[in-house]
Amino acid sequence: MSPLLSIEHVTKTFARGGVFGRTEFAAVDDVSFSLESASPEIFAIIGESGSGKTTLARMILSLESPSAGSIRFLGTDISKLRSRRDRLQFMQKVQPIFQSPSEAFNPLKRVDRYLFASAHHFAGHRTRGGREAAADEALKKVGLSLAEVQGRYPHELSGGQLQRTAIARALISSPALIVADEPVSMVDASLRMSIVNLFKTLRDQLRVSIIYITHDLATAYYISDRVLILQKGKVVETGPARQVLSEPRHPYTVRLRESILSLDDADRIHADG
Amino acid sequence: MDAALSVRNLRAYYVTDYFGVRREVRAVDDVTLSVGKNEIYGIAGESSCGKSTFIKTVAAAIRPPLRVLGGSIKYSFLDRDLYDLDEKKLSDIRWKQLSCIPQGSMSVLNPVRRIRESFQDFAFPHMGLDRSEFGKVVNRHLERLHLQPTILSSYPHELSGGMRQRVAIALATVCRPEFIIADEPTTALDVVVQKDVLALILETQREIGSSMIFVTHDLTVHANISDRLGIMYAGRLIEEGPTRDVFRDPMHPYTRHLVASLPRIGDLTAKAALTGTPPNLAQPPSGCRFHPRCPLATDICRQANPELTTAVPGRRVACYAVTPSPEARAMTNHRMTNDRFPPS
Repeated sequence: MSPLLSIEHVTKTFARGGVFGRTEFAAVDDVSFSLESASPEIFAIIGESGSGKTTLARMILSLESPSAGSIRFLGTDISKLRSRRDRLQFMQKVQPIFQSPSEAFNPLKRVDRYLFASAHHFAGHRTRGGREAAADEALKKVGLSLAEVQGRYPHELSGGQLQRTAIARALISSPALIVADEPVSMVDASLRMSIVNLFKTLRDQLRVSIIYITHDLATAYYISDRVLILQKGKVVETGPARQVLSEPRHPYTVRLRESILSLDDADRIHADG
Repeated sequence: MDAALSVRNLRAYYVTDYFGVRREVRAVDDVTLSVGKNEIYGIAGESSCGKSTFIKTVAAAIRPPLRVLGGSIKYSFLDRDLYDLDEKKLSDIRWKQLSCIPQGSMSVLNPVRRIRESFQDFAFPHMGLDRSEFGKVVNRHLERLHLQPTILSSYPHELSGGMRQRVAIALATVCRPEFIIADEPTTALDVVVQKDVLALILETQREIGSSMIFVTHDLTVHANISDRLGIMYAGRLIEEGPTRDVFRDPMHPYTRHLVASLPRIGDLTAKAALTGTPPNLAQPPSGCRFHPRCPLATDICRQANPELTTAVPGRRVACYAVTPSPEARAMTNHRMTNDRFPPS
């Protein structure tokens, strides 16, 4: 059985500068990893800003093409997807969740329109009743319901509700893979765990694999199966999540690990009390 | 006055009046707190808790529709309430006695001017030194913050995010002000840079001896900088105490949930989420504003708002489960009596 997703020596270069003195730099530099089809997993890509993680996410979603290397989804090279039908089939199976729920939704559009549009394009529901049922079913999976969000504009929902609606939208097409780019960094701490726990449910009960892109090592430790650490576009360390984050080997991973702030620091800093 | 800042019963609402409909968003609703000399007082809370509004109010940076409806704000270096000062006096104290470290460094740095000019603009008028003396003071100050004096010739975009934030800290501290207000200064920074910048802020504050209010939603940041911590929820202060004690022994159910739900490396226990959402401050819930989401809510919580009371010395909480009101105690006694001697 072909791997779900296979990233082979992928590089993405951008050019900087004007007509004179143009330099190239690699935002993503020779990155390789693969996800199996048989067992769904949560694969975390950890990196700071400028590490290339968002560029990598965009390539996996087929929003950009690599400068070198190949990305295969279920055996097919995704840069070869040309026809509308092929692209639609791909998008049905690979869905995004972005960082800022308020940016993912047009403030002048009611949020149910996004759900109905996905139900129409990706799940083939041609009737209104079919679309509403699909939207309601997806919303129930994230702990909401159509009654709660129907007719609402983004500003009428909280950040947590909006992000969960975005996740519901991604689930409508029954995807095999979800690419989540910093999905909880803009959500309040009291609601963050409800979304992080939801990802576990998606993996265990709905059998969806999730690429979880984040700079937050603590949530990555909590839910990921494997992690990949990116520094300036290059892979510096990869492996099982608990192992890499508890016993990091590469100096950069060690530095990341040491920089994590924790509540226990209060004991150390205010020891003179 | 012992406290560096004393805020009493502060109420600041966003008041709008359109088409005959008056609407009040009670962003800061009856907040009382004190910041001691040479102390860092942290304010934590999530979105819409009122901490940003509170900061604007104590920094004298409010604009309509935000209005101060009541209460007092007294700094130790002023002889009267902050809002009794005229614009000229406010301008005098800004930066020299009261300064600000903002969330984004670009809120204080002019993108089309070199860094040097920001220092000349902000600090030079207050310091009463001639140009060459001023130059020496600035250079020494930058070096203390691990910045090369050569950055004075740079434009903001030529520096990294971390360096820009250190410049913002330098700007806010060069006049050695008595009080510094920091509004999420490390939130936008990478995790590696964040730790360094926090250590720098702490070191600078200890060296100058200024008092500080440090606002951030991130509890782990408070663990690394705040001496005392105040938790805000829905416009009210609901818990306060030394940072270490609040984390070791949180009293308010909301605080307990926040502390328990933080994931940590090495800890794989399941974390529960809090149901519901923060309330609409234009129509806040009756009684305690947390009661719709509180696992311990009882009748008294729906009817009356718990006062912030001293539970143990140095720690204040606003919760009937922790410090029962006389009415609640009477209700509990009544129930207990009936259980023991059921009415026949």
